Formats: sequence, structure tokens, C-alpha cells
Amino acid sequence: MKDIKSLKKELPGIAEKLKKYREVLLANLVMVGEIPAPTFQESRRVEFILNRFDEAGLTDSSIDDAGNGIGVLAGSDSKSALLLNAHADTIFSEKTDHTMQVSSDSITGPGVADNAIGLAAMITLPYILEDLKIKLKNDLILLAGVKSLGRGNLEGMRFFLENNPFKINKAICIEGIQLGRLSYSSIGMLRGEITCRVPETYDWSRFGDSSAILTLNEVINKINDMRLPRRPRTSIVMGSIEGGSSFNTIARDATLRFEVRSESQEVVERAGETINDITLEVSSKTGDQVELDIFAKRIPGGIPYSHPLTRCARVVMESLDIEPRLAPSISELSALIDKKIPALTLGVTVGERTFKTNETIQIEPIYKGLAHLIGTILAIDGGYCE
Amino acid sequence: MTEDIVSNLQNWINKNTYHHSEFWDIKKLVEVKESKNLTISLCLPTLNEEKTIGKEIIIFKSELMERYPLLDEIAVIDSGSDDKTLEVAKNYGADTYLASDILPHLEPKRGKGENLWKAIYQLKGDIIVYVDADISNIHPRFVYGLVAPLIYREEVKYVKGFYDRPLAFSGNVRASGGGRVTEILVRPLFSLFFPDLTAMIQPLSGEYAVRREVLEQIAFPIGYGVETSHLIDVYHMYGLEAFAQTDLDKRVHENKPTQALGKMAFGILQTFIKRAKALGVLDKAEHKTILRQFQVRQTEYEQNLIEIIEEERPPMIEIEEYRNKFK
Repeated sequence: MKDIKSLKKELPGIAEKLKKYREVLLANLVMVGEIPAPTFQESRRVEFILNRFDEAGLTDSSIDDAGNGIGVLAGSDSKSALLLNAHADTIFSEKTDHTMQVSSDSITGPGVADNAIGLAAMITLPYILEDLKIKLKNDLILLAGVKSLGRGNLEGMRFFLENNPFKINKAICIEGIQLGRLSYSSIGMLRGEITCRVPETYDWSRFGDSSAILTLNEVINKINDMRLPRRPRTSIVMGSIEGGSSFNTIARDATLRFEVRSESQEVVERAGETINDITLEVSSKTGDQVELDIFAKRIPGGIPYSHPLTRCARVVMESLDIEPRLAPSISELSALIDKKIPALTLGVTVGERTFKTNETIQIEPIYKGLAHLIGTILAIDGGYCE
Repeated sequence: MTEDIVSNLQNWINKNTYHHSEFWDIKKLVEVKESKNLTISLCLPTLNEEKTIGKEIIIFKSELMERYPLLDEIAVIDSGSDDKTLEVAKNYGADTYLASDILPHLEPKRGKGENLWKAIYQLKGDIIVYVDADISNIHPRFVYGLVAPLIYREEVKYVKGFYDRPLAFSGNVRASGGGRVTEILVRPLFSLFFPDLTAMIQPLSGEYAVRREVLEQIAFPIGYGVETSHLIDVYHMYGLEAFAQTDLDKRVHENKPTQALGKMAFGILQTFIKRAKALGVLDKAEHKTILRQFQVRQTEYEQNLIEIIEEERPPMIEIEEYRNKFK
């Protein structure tokens, strides 16, 4: 590893200089964040991002067949490319009021942390680099990835990785929060839905279990009774339930959304099989339809803690006085890991109430977050992470 | 006579009504502005607007000062907010003023018109663009859409914004309306007394850009009547040719309850009668029966003329048959 000391000295200065881009960055944040972009319906937001790439003089920018927005900041020797990714979709529907509220020290609005500030950091970056007269050797590929969350299952990122013409050898995923986040590995995961339905021809003389909610309850109890190993660390997240329609009619359907997460692929697989058995068992006992739909999977992997890329990111954090928070990821990072591209996920700022409409981020920590991002890019570009 | 007015007005509408998207090229706009040595000030009049003011300033500063230097100044003129309006505005780099601190020897008055008027003294631009501070879907178009006709066309002196075109659909023709007070009060009044001014699609909108040479010549009502009086006074001094209007698409803000609109209408009516009397139009108004509304056909704005004749019958006692029957 080349000596990173000189770069380290520059970084606190860069953080200070970034303050003058506050309005440009926050304007981008507000404008991008106020365009609704539920998963599968990101096109208006991506068009806006493309306009920004064009305005910044990124002549090769385009929208690919999956709908991803791609900007290319050409490097001086273009031998390899660094991919910067921020997912463009949010969990909020088109109907949610996407108005952002700006106070002196924070910004509030649905999706502001996940991932409007990540997108804003990415689309403001070419403007900042040009203004600071920072020229990169590598090509910098900016990807506003679509179809990332929930049922999107990283489709946009996977399509891009299969079909792009660039020589990508490293990647950084930008997430809005939290500052200091450092993800370099993916855990095993499977994500699915269990739907219980009372058949139309239900025998009303039967007593007791005549509700899809009760059937689902049975499933949930059985999942809860599953024995999970303490090592490798494993958990089942019961994310949400939905069912029925009123006070006095029997619920005809009920749905559970869940995720199994584990450090071990084998444990994930086994848990998946057990859950499948549970649904079959409950279905045959109750006579209701119980369907299991598993639509997303992640395979554990990634680079080690001691990998030069991880180490670079930590050195950069240290020089900026950022406390690293190590955490595995199941987002776009896993798609990169599947492709064996060394990659990290970094956070931009501090925030709270994620996934609520009054999601809030703090403005002051953004400069450090951006300096961290730029520092890591410079470290990779300078060959410190090989 | 009526037909002449119609075709003149339609000509004026075709020539002087813009859509903000015609001015998307801000770079070009800035070049022309600089070649003409113009300076532009943005005035945001405020009273307890902490929820929206920060965003407005960030967007205008980023897009129309840092990226493209269209604005030379962003100023907030406040009527004495008790919330954090001024703190937030100052934090994002706007110049902030309390209206009462400008020309302090004058007896202070409280109202939006006061802030707009004092801006003429305090701000330095050749053009002042006024934008209300309560817009939650703020966008740079609210400024460049209004100043562009002034930059490109020297004969234009006053540019008014309008919004929310589609109120109702029937086939491919949409009724295009102002707010409730516009349609119920101002449009009927203008139809009767100043038919030319019915060409303004939203006479009461709070967003407009004006040349200093005009602003310094007109009086300012302090309250609700300020927009109405501007139109009448500028029309009286310079004629309809001094105006242009720009479609700014959707504007989101809080809707006012009917009672508040009643207050507004009362203020406007006072201003209107004062102006109409002074200009002598109240007495010599012919009995006009044409109400002028608007409709939009795709991107064409057309006036819709509706003849409304209020005929009358005399008291029954004057009818001979009646008198014979009930004698």
C-alpha cells in the first residue's frame, strides 16, 4: 500500500472548503427528494438526475434499458473505472406528500435520508470536483440505480453490472445515513411473503379458525418457535403484517413480510426450508391456502476487514475524526460482491426516523460525510487501496 | 366595438402570454441580462414563514445565484414574525430586513404591501421580482419565468405569474381559473369597468416582476388591494402593452377558508372603488353585459365571453291588466 499520509493531511481542509457548496447541495437534495420515486416508478427522478449530469458537462450520461441513470466523469487515463452508486428508489408511494422542510440545521421529509441525500451527494460531486479543481485518473461512473428496494431486489444494479461497458474495479455505495457507516461484506438473506387465504368455498359450519388472520397467527407462532443458532449470528425479522378489511367480517386474507438474515448461507437455506415446511403444515391442518413467496436472496461474502480498500476508508475516517461503524449490508453492495468487485457502503450524515414521513437529517455532519466520500475516491484514484 | 376588443385582447394574449418552459435556457437569459447591464433583486415578503422560507432561499441561491448569476440580491422583508423566519433566512445567506427598520421615520404600517413598497427603497435592482414565501413546491421557474420577458423585451414593464390551469376538463377545452376571489369578484369588476385587464389570467397572484421605473411611480395599498391597484395604475399609465404574464404551472400553498377570502374581497373592493372613482370610470361605465373568463385549448389561452343580461320587469302595479283585475 502506498503511503497515504499526504492525502490524510489534506482532508480536514477539504471538509472545511465543502461548506461553501451548502446551498447547491441542499437545493439538489430538495429537488431530487421532492420527486416521488417508489420502486419501479423512478423514471421522473432519474430524468432530473440526468439533467444535472448534462448540466455538469458529463457528456456521456444516459439512461440504460433498466431505467438506471448513468453519468460518466472521464478520467485522465481511463484505464479503469470507479463506480459510485446511490439507489434512486424510495419506499414511499406516489401519493405521499414529498414536500421537504428546511430548517437552519436539519431537513425533514419522506426519503430524505434514504436516499435523497445520497443521491444529492452523488449528483453534486461533479460540480464540487470541478470547482475544487480535482482531476481524477480513473473514470468515475455515477449510477442512480433503480429497482433496488423490496421486490425490486437490486434489479437495476444487477442489470447495470451485467451490461455496462466500463472497466469497473472498485465501487462505493452511498447511503444517506449514518455517518461513519462502513460496510464491506454482505450477510446471507432471504426475503419473502407468506399469504394466507380462506377459500371462497369455506365450510362455515367449522368453528374457531375461520379467519386468515388466525391462520397467519399460527404460522407466525411456528416461525417464532424455530431454533436459530447463536453462532453464526442469525435472525428473523418480522417486518410487517396486513390482513382483513373491517371489524365484523372474517378476514379473507392476511400477509406477513419477513426476512431471514444470517452470517451463514447454510443457516439461511435451512431456515427457508423450515419456513416452507411450516406453511405446508399449517395449510394442511387448517384447509386454508398458505402461500410462501421468496423473492429476494443474498449470499454472504465481501472483502475482509484488512482489505486495502477497507483500510483506506478507515484511515480517511480517522483523519476526519469519524468513528467507524462496521455493519454488514444486504443492499447494492451484495450485487457488487456477487460480481467480485471490491466495494464499500458509506453514509453521508446523521439522521433519524428513517422510513417515516418525518424522516430527518442533520446538515452539519454532511460536510464530513462528503469529505469522507471524496477522500476515499482520492485514495482509490491515487492507488492507495491496491 | 365588442368584437374589436375581443380581437385586440386575443392578440395581446397571444403575444404576451408565456409558459415558463420557453425560458429554460437560463444561461442565455443571464447573457442577455449582462449585455443589457441589468440588475435583478428578489424580494420575499414574510410573516411567520419558517416552514417554507429556508427552502425557497436555498433553491434560488443555488440555481439563480451560484450556478447562474441571474439574481444580484435575495432579500427577505419581514413584517415582524414571531417564529424563526428571519433566523432561517439569514442562516442561508439572504439579506434580512424588518420592514419597520426601513425608512424608520415613517409611521409603521403592517401588511404585505408595506414590505413590497419598502423593498423599492431598500433593494438595488433595476428589476424587482416579488415571490410569496409560502410556496411549498418552490422552483427556480418562479423567478426566471417572470423576469425573462423583462430581460428580452424592453417595452414590457410588468410581468405577472399565473398557475393551476386545469380546473375542469370537458373534451379538449379546460376552463382556466384564477382563485375564488378572482372569479367571483375581480373578473366581473374588470369585465364591467376595465375589460382590457380581463386579459390577465390571474390578476391576484402574488408573484410578479416589475421594472423600478414603474414601481417608483405607483402608490401601494398596504393590505389586500395591492395587486389590483398595481394593475389599474400601470394600465392607466402605460396601457396594456406594458404587461406580460407567464404560466408557472402548479403552485402549492395552504388553501384559505371562505371567511378569510371575504376579508380579502372587502379590501380589494375598497381599493377598486377608490381607483375607479378617481379615474371616473364608475359613472361613465356603459352597461356592459359580457363576462370574460378563460379557457385553455392545449397550450392556447383563449377568452371565453359569456353574455349575461340582467333584464327586469317593472312593479306589477304598472300593468294595466293587473290594475283592472285587482281594482
